Amino acid sequence: MSEMTFNLRVWRQANSESSGRLVDYTAERISEHMSFLEMLDIVNDKIILEGDDPIAYDFDCREGICGSCGIVINGVPHGPNPGTTSCQLFMRHFKADETITIEPWRAKSFPLIKDLVVDRSSFDRIIATGGYISCNTGAAPEANNTPIPKDIADEAFDAAACIGCGACVAACKNASAVLFVGAKLQHLALMPQGQAERDRRALRMVDQMEAEGFGACSNEGECEAVCPKEISTKHIARLNRDYMRAAVKQALRP
Amino acid sequence: MILDGQVPGGPIADKWSKHKSDMSLVNPANRRKYDVIVVGTGLAGASAAASLGEMGYNVKAFTILDSPRRAHSIAAQGGINAAKNYKNDGDSVHRLFYDTVKGGDYRARESNVHRLAELSVNIIDQAAAQGVPFAREYGGMLDNRSFGGAQVSRTFYARGQTGQQLLIGAYQAMMRQVDSGQVKLFTRREMLDLVVVDGKARGIIARNLLNGELEHYAAHAVLLCTGGYGNVYFLSTNAGNSNVSAGWRCAKRGALFANPCYTQIHPTCIPESGEYQAKLTLMSESLRNDGRVWVPQKDGDNRPPELIPENERDFFLERKYPSFGNLVPRDVASRNVKEACDAGRGVGLTGRAVYLDFADSVRRLGSDVIADRYGNLFDMYYKITNENPYEVPMKIYPAIHYTMGGTWVDYHLMSSVPGLFVLGEANFSDHGANRLGASALMQGLADGYFVIPATLPNYLANETFGDAPTHSDPFKEARNSVQSRIETLSMINGSRTVLEFHRELGGIMWNQVGMARNEAGLKDALVKVRELREQYWQDVKVVGHTEDLNKQLEFGLRVADYMEFSELLIRDALARRESCGGHFREEYQTEEGEAKRDDENFSYVAAWETHGNDREPELHKEQLSFENVEVKMRSYK
Ligand SMILES: Cc1cc2nc3c(=O)[nH]c(=O)nc-3n(C[C@H](O)[C@H](O)[C@H](O)COP(=O)(O)OP(=O)(O)OC[C@H]3O[C@@H](n4cnc5c(N)ncnc54)[C@H](O)[C@@H]3O)c2cc1C
Ligand code: FES
Repeated sequence: MSEMTFNLRVWRQANSESSGRLVDYTAERISEHMSFLEMLDIVNDKIILEGDDPIAYDFDCREGICGSCGIVINGVPHGPNPGTTSCQLFMRHFKADETITIEPWRAKSFPLIKDLVVDRSSFDRIIATGGYISCNTGAAPEANNTPIPKDIADEAFDAAACIGCGACVAACKNASAVLFVGAKLQHLALMPQGQAERDRRALRMVDQMEAEGFGACSNEGECEAVCPKEISTKHIARLNRDYMRAAVKQALRP
Repeated sequence: MILDGQVPGGPIADKWSKHKSDMSLVNPANRRKYDVIVVGTGLAGASAAASLGEMGYNVKAFTILDSPRRAHSIAAQGGINAAKNYKNDGDSVHRLFYDTVKGGDYRARESNVHRLAELSVNIIDQAAAQGVPFAREYGGMLDNRSFGGAQVSRTFYARGQTGQQLLIGAYQAMMRQVDSGQVKLFTRREMLDLVVVDGKARGIIARNLLNGELEHYAAHAVLLCTGGYGNVYFLSTNAGNSNVSAGWRCAKRGALFANPCYTQIHPTCIPESGEYQAKLTLMSESLRNDGRVWVPQKDGDNRPPELIPENERDFFLERKYPSFGNLVPRDVASRNVKEACDAGRGVGLTGRAVYLDFADSVRRLGSDVIADRYGNLFDMYYKITNENPYEVPMKIYPAIHYTMGGTWVDYHLMSSVPGLFVLGEANFSDHGANRLGASALMQGLADGYFVIPATLPNYLANETFGDAPTHSDPFKEARNSVQSRIETLSMINGSRTVLEFHRELGGIMWNQVGMARNEAGLKDALVKVRELREQYWQDVKVVGHTEDLNKQLEFGLRVADYMEFSELLIRDALARRESCGGHFREEYQTEEGEAKRDDENFSYVAAWETHGNDREPELHKEQLSFENVEVKMRSYK
């Protein structure tokens, strides 16, 4: 098994108040089978033994499903591999001796906490305003009373596959969250169960998105390109339609 | 201590419904007077927080992660069981109950398992109503598949991301309560101690992971929904932040810990590739529906798989278990894989892997059908290994995956500390010595959506609560003890990292307390773990500030608890001189090498009371009785 060396340039910033900068590290004895985060683990162990503060980064599942990890690698959120989270990126995708720049998500609505860790709680607040179907526990009817055609269920699933990592925002020059919001709106709007709250949901979630300071969409398509779940921008068009429809209905209401 | 499971009387099929109508209620206007703490926001925690919020209780929900949606449950792949009998293939509540008791090797409490089977059908209804995009048939009805050892199709799924979709459903229901103010959310908080006042659980100490502050929270009840302890083995399929600290700290406050030696090893994980490895990745068991497990017949045969003709392959599960074949339960499959590798017939770089081959299924069904069923798993395998399973057989090896043991709870899910309830994987309750596939999601959601909303009010209505202000002595004492642990740890400034110690602990546990255990190995492991713990407190190096986001410190505290907890796990394994389910003692096996139970002497739940590190823990037994299933030798031949 061959071992590689990489030159890392890592964004270090103690907290939101202090200023940050890129710091150089060498990652040595890296195997092609290592994941990107395992490579960082090794660098960190060395930093710790030297008595310095290790690089902070979020992770949990390391399987590409929890959405915790999120690193801008060589300028691209989640790095060079399409449809892949940072934790599922393997070192075989890099060339030995390459310089790798490692930075946090940068967006006004994701304030930086430390190094590569940012605060994405704005996403949770958007979901809280309407990203659900209201059905108290115990109130549900027998599941097969509501048949859903397979193609509709599959499409809803595609939208629901979002892991809430925020790469879409990080990739967008406007730091827009429309892919995240659009995917959730579509997941629920496609389901018959989701119809009752469809308008209210669209209005509230979009309003909250704006209140959180996310930017407007200018159709760059960068979000879809970096989305680890390859969620389609068609949901953005549908978001606009749903929001318009709901806004018109609201305006016409006596 | 007398262990009373508080199981209601009457015929098993009526116990829960009758008991529900017997239990006390809290009237709607009074519910807002009660504060409930929920720790952990996986399926169990999120469903409990949502449901209790809807009922009108004041809920405070805590999670280590930056969002509740990221909890470990998100990673579950294969599916969730429910006795809907949509396939008309003979399923029923009784059959699911029976299968679960048998699958658990007759080491679970019958009454709990029956309740679980009853509630399974309501979970599917609830999740579907929330918009969980389950797999459907063309007619629009919900689809099912057969999963891990079941002879009926009762597993509901959402591609290979069932856990994600169920958790998002529960998370969204909880966020609706956050919006309405019934649930207050505390993210990036880690519970580090339980506060007991006048013998009742009345609060927690949590560390704010952003600034290191130790915060107090008071309540009338505490719900521990903190998941399993698989990471005591270092390498497991569990998420990086999953840990045993909450359960262990509660054990130190008097909550008995049951059956820690019941750990589940999952047969189909991607084999380890090197020392640096941080976790193992599961390949869902559903793959065994269409994949065939084999090794070369000759040991040391290192031809590439496609050059080994069919008649020189040993499909050992099909050969040894003709009626279940590749679908034997996890423990049986795992041990057989280990055996094949121990015999030198393993494949891959390390020889610690076997093939899981889809060639026949791809030929029979076409790669489109296979892609539809397993596409995301195949992609994940490809990403990790750089090998395409449509063309080359997968290589798999067992890994620690789930822990059946956990905090002891009675029928109401209350621990031996009044007011401390434990839900989901964190409790010991429903799976006995071995959990069947697709049953953990079911249990987490049954506990959170349906059991706790019925049993918690019964507790609250029957207790009188004195004041327990957060400036009172029990809170101060708990806070100080956490504070001094943190200070001690951060001042050691030794020469080895937390990661190194954790890896070493995991090595001992996996090699000597893993898939097969024996007395000598366990005794030796006990000595080694104790030595390692001593070294840890002398030589670990945790850098950085304590009043800052400091992941080293977070992990350092958790590993410190693993060091203590592992000792209990080993003691339990030593004391259980039989083999059952996930606990395989080499001394106790049949001539064919199958697990041999000793029902006469070990048909009990082992609930341990801890007395600090210097005194031996004390064993309390809850006898198990089986009135509704016939206790048999488990056979999958
Ligand atoms: C890869 C994988 C696949 C699986 N597939 C299936 C499947 O197909 N079907 C099935 O039925 N089961 C499956 N399981 C098992 C199942 O996912 C889990 O048993 C179940 O989700 C556990 O749910 P839980 O709510 O009890 O705990 P968890 O989901 O583990 O949630 C507990 C949460 O509490 C947090 N926490 C822990 N300690 C603290 C603390 N001190 N303070 C604050 N927060 C804390 C943790 O970070 C964690 O997020 C799978 C498991 C894995 C690992
Ligand atoms: S750590 Fe979970 S998606 Fe990367």
